[in-house]
Amino acid sequence: MKKRKERIDRGIKARSGDIFALSSWREMLYLAAPRLIPIIGFLLLPLILGVYWQKVLLSVAVFALMAISWDILAQTGMISLGQALFFGMGAYASGTLNHYWGWPPLIAIPIASVIGGLICTAFLLPVLRLRGIYFSMVTLIIPLMLVRIVEATKIFGGTEGLTGIAALPSRWIELYLIMGALMAALFGLRRMIGSDYGLVLKAISDNDRSVINAGINIYWYKTQALFISSCIGAFAGAFMTHVYMFVGMPVFALDYSIMPIAAVVVGGPGTLAGATLGAFILVPLSELLRGIGGLRIVFYGLFLVVFIIALPEGIFHYVQRKYHQFERWVEVD
Amino acid sequence: MGGGGLMSASALLKLTGLYKNFGGVQAIQDLSFELAEGELLGLIGPNGSGKTTAVNLITGFVKPSEGEIQYRGRDITGMAPHKIVRLGIARTFQMVKPFYQLPAYKNMIIPLYSPRVKQLAGGKYGDRDAVALDLLEEVGFERDSFVAYKSASVLPQGYLKRLELAKAIALQPDLIILDELFSGLSLAEVASIVPIIEKLRLEGKTIIMIEHRLKELFRIADRVVVLNYGEKIAEGQANDVMQSDAVKKAYLGAEA
Repeated sequence: MKKRKERIDRGIKARSGDIFALSSWREMLYLAAPRLIPIIGFLLLPLILGVYWQKVLLSVAVFALMAISWDILAQTGMISLGQALFFGMGAYASGTLNHYWGWPPLIAIPIASVIGGLICTAFLLPVLRLRGIYFSMVTLIIPLMLVRIVEATKIFGGTEGLTGIAALPSRWIELYLIMGALMAALFGLRRMIGSDYGLVLKAISDNDRSVINAGINIYWYKTQALFISSCIGAFAGAFMTHVYMFVGMPVFALDYSIMPIAAVVVGGPGTLAGATLGAFILVPLSELLRGIGGLRIVFYGLFLVVFIIALPEGIFHYVQRKYHQFERWVEVD
Repeated sequence: MGGGGLMSASALLKLTGLYKNFGGVQAIQDLSFELAEGELLGLIGPNGSGKTTAVNLITGFVKPSEGEIQYRGRDITGMAPHKIVRLGIARTFQMVKPFYQLPAYKNMIIPLYSPRVKQLAGGKYGDRDAVALDLLEEVGFERDSFVAYKSASVLPQGYLKRLELAKAIALQPDLIILDELFSGLSLAEVASIVPIIEKLRLEGKTIIMIEHRLKELFRIADRVVVLNYGEKIAEGQANDVMQSDAVKKAYLGAEA
């Protein structure tokens, strides 16, 4: 007697799928909880954490934004191995605005996000026609190249970097600015991905010739996705510049390219929520492992490998399925 | 019906002296033909004779090495493929290209998002989901069966071909190019798609069909063009063309 696993939508999912959602608090809570819990969490976490873990939270939010940025590109069929380019461009843009012209952080950060986004888009525009690994290779190379350029030409402070950059007004403004940005990016872009516009982006990654065949200019849509993604990455970089009060060559480090990918892989691609969830797991884990010193990266890598094998769909897809469906074993003969 | 194709002035599509070589291979050599509005042209020839390349040239996916393509008197040679679609030329692919992650009706959202659809509707999109379901019903996605809600990854070939056709129809084109729509389908499936094509003709659409199923094609085609090794070897009414020695030789190989 063989057995087969059967998945069935929960009754509450069907009941809350329509106007019947208004029938009781339970149904309404079922719909609202997936949004309310993260929102309340984002707002309360800074209050209950100590100073050290607040810093970790800051880092989590920055990497979550980077992962969201990566996920949007990936959804459009562009696998980037150089998120550090976006991060670094935003960081240098904001650092320059503040260091040379004295613009206050709260003005420099948004403007640097847009400038950084524009520069990155311009950099990658010529390679938008490349697909798959060829696009990835170029994104990997550009940040490495920029590091050497800064080093060789000694622009923007060369190897020393730019120091004495103004900090944000207070720790609380810092925390709530980044949490607010994360919430806005997460929920706003989730809505975008779910819309018909998002469908076009996904279709490009699925089958670009078929999208061209609908009279849609895929390069224009890819450019838009690239701009949105690089603006988010640049924002993260610009923000961190004012947290560290320094910008230098480390902003193009490989960490900023690899960590977002790991976060999306752990969390689950395609939903942006998965990317956020991934960052919320990986960054604190990396902090906790700091205690074991040199072997840290080994354990970290081991965790990733076990994870990819055991739950390749990512945590978010798994949790989402459990939330909406139940499973049971049925006999087949 | 139709037949002649001597209407040079009113030709919807006009190919003049097209050449295409991939490296050393001559895929298309000196190809010229015309297509009148409302005509159904069959494009036939043995495997590898350059039929799909000819379609790729017309739709802009491949740029010709030499020659000119005119659509409604306008030179469209070398124009970007998405711009050619906006002029009203839609095609299906021989290898179906659905968006496998999406349910069938969501596949339709992409062509319905096309700038051409928006332009024809007066700058405003309608309710895309509803239009998608209507179009799918037209090509044989029975509404009662909910097959339109199934993921494209689990649909059988017959439905994928219909989906491909519906995606082309959604663009409200004037010229539809069907690249081996019937290949891989059963006789019954072909028989159920033929009326859809006949309906398109009644609506005044011009159609080019690439086809290996000659019996079915000849029943509906006004005229056929036969390619072999990238060259046009015959053109005219189906029955006349099949009597020609060059065509017999191309299809049967040896001296016929």
